[in-house]
Amino acid sequence: MWRNLPLFPARASSMAGHVDALYFALVAMAAFFTFLVAALILYFAIRYRKSRSPEATQIHGSTALELLWTGIPLGIVMIIFVWSAVIFFMQTRPPKGSMEVYTVAKQWMWKFQHTEGQREINQLHVPSGRDVRMIMTSQDVIHSFYVPAFRIKADVLPGRYTTTWFHATTPGTYHLFCAEYCGTNHSAMVGEVVVMEPADYDRWAAGGVDGSLASAGEKSFQHYGCSMCHRSDAAGRGPNLIGVFDHPVLLDDGRTVNADESYIRESILNPGSKIVSGFKNIMPTFEGQLSEEEVIGLVAYVKALGNGTANYPIPVSEPNSGAYPVAPKAEGSAAKSDKTATPQPRATQATPVTPAAK
Amino acid sequence: METASHSTEAKTNYLNADYGIKSWLLTTDHKRIALLYLGSITVFFFLGGFFAMLIRLELLTPAGDLVLSDTYNKLFTMHGVVMIFLFLIPSIPAVFGNFLVPMMIGAKDLAFPKLNLASWYIFIIGAGFILYAILTGGLDTGWTFYTPYSTTYSNSNVVAAALGVFITGFSSIFTGLNIIVTVHRMRAPGLTWRRLPLFIWAHYATSVIMVLGTPVLAITIVLVALERLFHFGIFDPRLGGDPLLFQHLFWFYSHPAVYIMILPSMGVMSEVIACFSRKRIFGYDFVAMSSVAIAVLGFLVWAHHMFVAGISTYAAMIFSLLTFFVAIPSAVKVFNWTATLYKGSITFETPMLYAFAFIGLFTMGGLTGVFLGAVAIDLHVTDTYFVVAHFHYVMVGGGVTGFLCALHFWWPKMTGKMYPEAFAKLSAVLVFVGFNLTFFPQFVLGYMGMPRRYHAYPPEFQVLNVMSTAGASILAVGFLMPMIYLAWSLQYGKEAGPNPYRAAGLEWMTASPPPEFNFDETPVVTWEAYNYDEIDGTKKGVEVVG
Amino acid sequence: MSDSETAVQNLKHHFADLEQQKATSTFGMWLFLVTEIMFFGGMFASYLIYRLSYYNAWVAGSQTMEIQYGAINTAVLICSSLTMVLSVHSAKLGKRKMTAICLILTLVLGFAFLGIKGVEYYGHWVHHEVPGLNFHFEHTGNYDPRHVEIFFSLYFAMTGMHAVHMIIGAGLLTWLLIANARGRFSSEYNSPVEMVGLYWHFVDLIWIYLFPLLYLISHHHNG
Repeated sequence: MWRNLPLFPARASSMAGHVDALYFALVAMAAFFTFLVAALILYFAIRYRKSRSPEATQIHGSTALELLWTGIPLGIVMIIFVWSAVIFFMQTRPPKGSMEVYTVAKQWMWKFQHTEGQREINQLHVPSGRDVRMIMTSQDVIHSFYVPAFRIKADVLPGRYTTTWFHATTPGTYHLFCAEYCGTNHSAMVGEVVVMEPADYDRWAAGGVDGSLASAGEKSFQHYGCSMCHRSDAAGRGPNLIGVFDHPVLLDDGRTVNADESYIRESILNPGSKIVSGFKNIMPTFEGQLSEEEVIGLVAYVKALGNGTANYPIPVSEPNSGAYPVAPKAEGSAAKSDKTATPQPRATQATPVTPAAK
Repeated sequence: METASHSTEAKTNYLNADYGIKSWLLTTDHKRIALLYLGSITVFFFLGGFFAMLIRLELLTPAGDLVLSDTYNKLFTMHGVVMIFLFLIPSIPAVFGNFLVPMMIGAKDLAFPKLNLASWYIFIIGAGFILYAILTGGLDTGWTFYTPYSTTYSNSNVVAAALGVFITGFSSIFTGLNIIVTVHRMRAPGLTWRRLPLFIWAHYATSVIMVLGTPVLAITIVLVALERLFHFGIFDPRLGGDPLLFQHLFWFYSHPAVYIMILPSMGVMSEVIACFSRKRIFGYDFVAMSSVAIAVLGFLVWAHHMFVAGISTYAAMIFSLLTFFVAIPSAVKVFNWTATLYKGSITFETPMLYAFAFIGLFTMGGLTGVFLGAVAIDLHVTDTYFVVAHFHYVMVGGGVTGFLCALHFWWPKMTGKMYPEAFAKLSAVLVFVGFNLTFFPQFVLGYMGMPRRYHAYPPEFQVLNVMSTAGASILAVGFLMPMIYLAWSLQYGKEAGPNPYRAAGLEWMTASPPPEFNFDETPVVTWEAYNYDEIDGTKKGVEVVG
Repeated sequence: MSDSETAVQNLKHHFADLEQQKATSTFGMWLFLVTEIMFFGGMFASYLIYRLSYYNAWVAGSQTMEIQYGAINTAVLICSSLTMVLSVHSAKLGKRKMTAICLILTLVLGFAFLGIKGVEYYGHWVHHEVPGLNFHFEHTGNYDPRHVEIFFSLYFAMTGMHAVHMIIGAGLLTWLLIANARGRFSSEYNSPVEMVGLYWHFVDLIWIYLFPLLYLISHHHNG
């Protein structure tokens, strides 16, 4: 109804209406109290001006009034708190099954990677009507991913992943801003979010790419020699990663952590910090060797291993790096499923995939 | 009680007790030190204002066409650093706290007069570092110094500026320490805590914050300097350091700091509203306790600056809840001041106009703080012009208005002269109108999505930005006028006499300007604060309602 | 100068009597020490947070410390607090010479502490344990060597800040020695000695916390 008044941005996400409702309720509340105080002051100033009120009446106070004007504001802010908390829980809990987009922010651009494989710079295509979860990291300083039309904002930090999610409702093009000051071209670190009809998006996502993000990760997994130690049998020097993602992992110090994106990233870049129970601290760190994009690819690949949409690659006959001499065992090689079939020289017999031994 | 006899030309006061620059630069008289601060912070206010002017001029057009991006980033950074550390934090406590706290409690000076002078020198040295940083290339990290930008990526004078902030922090700590000890140990006979002017309560609470919070900023900024100089790595994610740790440490001080910037103004309001309504403040105990509550609660809410920074959902919820709590004592004060007007006998001298402006502007600023405390809304408006509008409403609409109010109320006491009332009233109106025109549009801009610290912006934001700049030019006039007529009054103003406003308070019971040691005889206090019925001769009984 | 003469000489004009003056300066010094707690507190908080996350790296860093130096320094500081309190005691009794001796002993012990600390810092430099400047850590265990660099950053920041406070303390002690030599103190007026004593004890106390936190993490006496 207020669309012609430039008082708020377009409402293009499922959360926008909720946030606006709370906002306008607060505007009404604030306006009420501002006008109340202003009106009282104006009235008292006129009614009790010196010419009409030559003598002041000394009043010590009133405990009843104090309780009233402490209690009522307290009650009001508690209502606001609960209302806001309800919305906030929605804002920070992405629904299960959200599609994912990875973001790498750097001075002064946004790099997006879709799991289907599309890469974008400063422009983000998303489908309407679907839940989208952003998994974000920065290559340098703190940035912030802000889409006013969606009413979401999340800082993007170096050294870790932060996440946000949205459910876009209306196709269109909306501003994307960096909202955490990041240096010279902070104001130029802007882009657009292009919301498409789901069918259009699917077409766009499938068009002309080199392969999904997970398959790029799979290539890295082989190239950097991960497959030498991380195998599907219990004889691997590293834990079997099939089915690991988003499940609890027991560490050697007794803690249990959830294998989320941050855990996978940390395991690659700082493997010594958390050792899986039953394994030794022998994994080398890949800090400085992998770009954030490659790490994201690996994370996506481990995720795909976790939900069964990918499988271990068939090991090549000679190790790539030469660092890890391989003694192939008969039952120790994982087979490739048809889904991610890429022609590879086969050194060993293909055997059916055995479920992850834990 | 009696009023002191009218000051004659022959009697010496603190201004003419000694002459020469040495007598000023080596003074230990709290009143002279207050004036040293007044001169310095006025210079810094206009320096910060100059940066603001350039910012608003740039923002007239969507393109970044007035200055380079790097220059713009330095402008908003230095506007913030200068205004906060070199103007607002000292402002009322260092000028009016210094001048009035001993007088209001019937003492001859603060507890540690030499430390007081040292505070001013420390302030000047710190300001020197900051000015050096400005003059040799500037600082572009934002006044918030977020890492790793400030420690690793910025190419500006971070270390010099950080050292400057570090040093001025000690000025703040020592001033606060002085005030706390003075209020505890040097009250005149008969002056119990509950007879103290609310100005003292407010400064006491402010000083507690200064003393407990500022050291944390000091060590944090030292760590930033060390990291930048020696690549220590505490906040550097490339070493496994945590940039969020910096934010927690920084905001642990910088949130309570905003209460340092508002509580003294609230103290001023109590004095002025009581005087120009001719009544004691309604709910004295509650107003006094609310100052203490703000000081305590203010230390518990810092992470509401970090709702989107990457803290956990549960942490965000806790800090949101506490943030709502801290809003309540301020509301209590506003209602008590309003109730004070009821059945008063009100006149509209300039200080009273500033007081009305304060209540209106602070109420709006405080209420918009409630918006920001609601995390769901904060997710949308944080780091936008909504926040910029909010903090200018409380810091300028509250803090600076309070400062101007105090300046006009106690100018006669400090200088012995009256200022021209008509010009003063006009300035107050210009400040109020100009301020609203400048900053109200920024609330709308923020909700529309315009991020802060932006050099250039999408064209749909232009109309509101032009409105804001137009308001700023009116505001600038409102700020400049007092400089002119106050200076004029020093030479040509009417003699004020000891108590031109017939105000309550010990400071009004001595000459204007006061003698060097404040009182010829230490007063013995037997009366309640704001005893306007006795002053006006209307004493009957005092109503206690409810 | 007689006791009552020093008293009159030292009464500041804005105090009613020496008792008020003394109570005020005592309150002031305690309040200042509270600010010092907040000041060091920021570093202690950072230390604690990282220790919880990077415990193994903290152990590794701590084990490179030369405990004998730390232990000697702890003993040195505790003794210096003893000599300090003896100087306060002497001042209260009006014993000028004893006061001077105890102040000098305190100063000597303070310099001894700083000297040993200097030796330690040099050792860290030689072993490439100075962050940012020449840090290189032999990684032999279940931790990330970068986190050991953070440990050392905090080590140098905390002990460095402590050393700065010691140097300031040394300056204060020198000032007291000069004032004492000029006969400023007596049994009536001696609060500056007491105030510096409070400051000195506080700086000592900070070290008492620093020593186990930095030197003794997971320290087992290997038999």
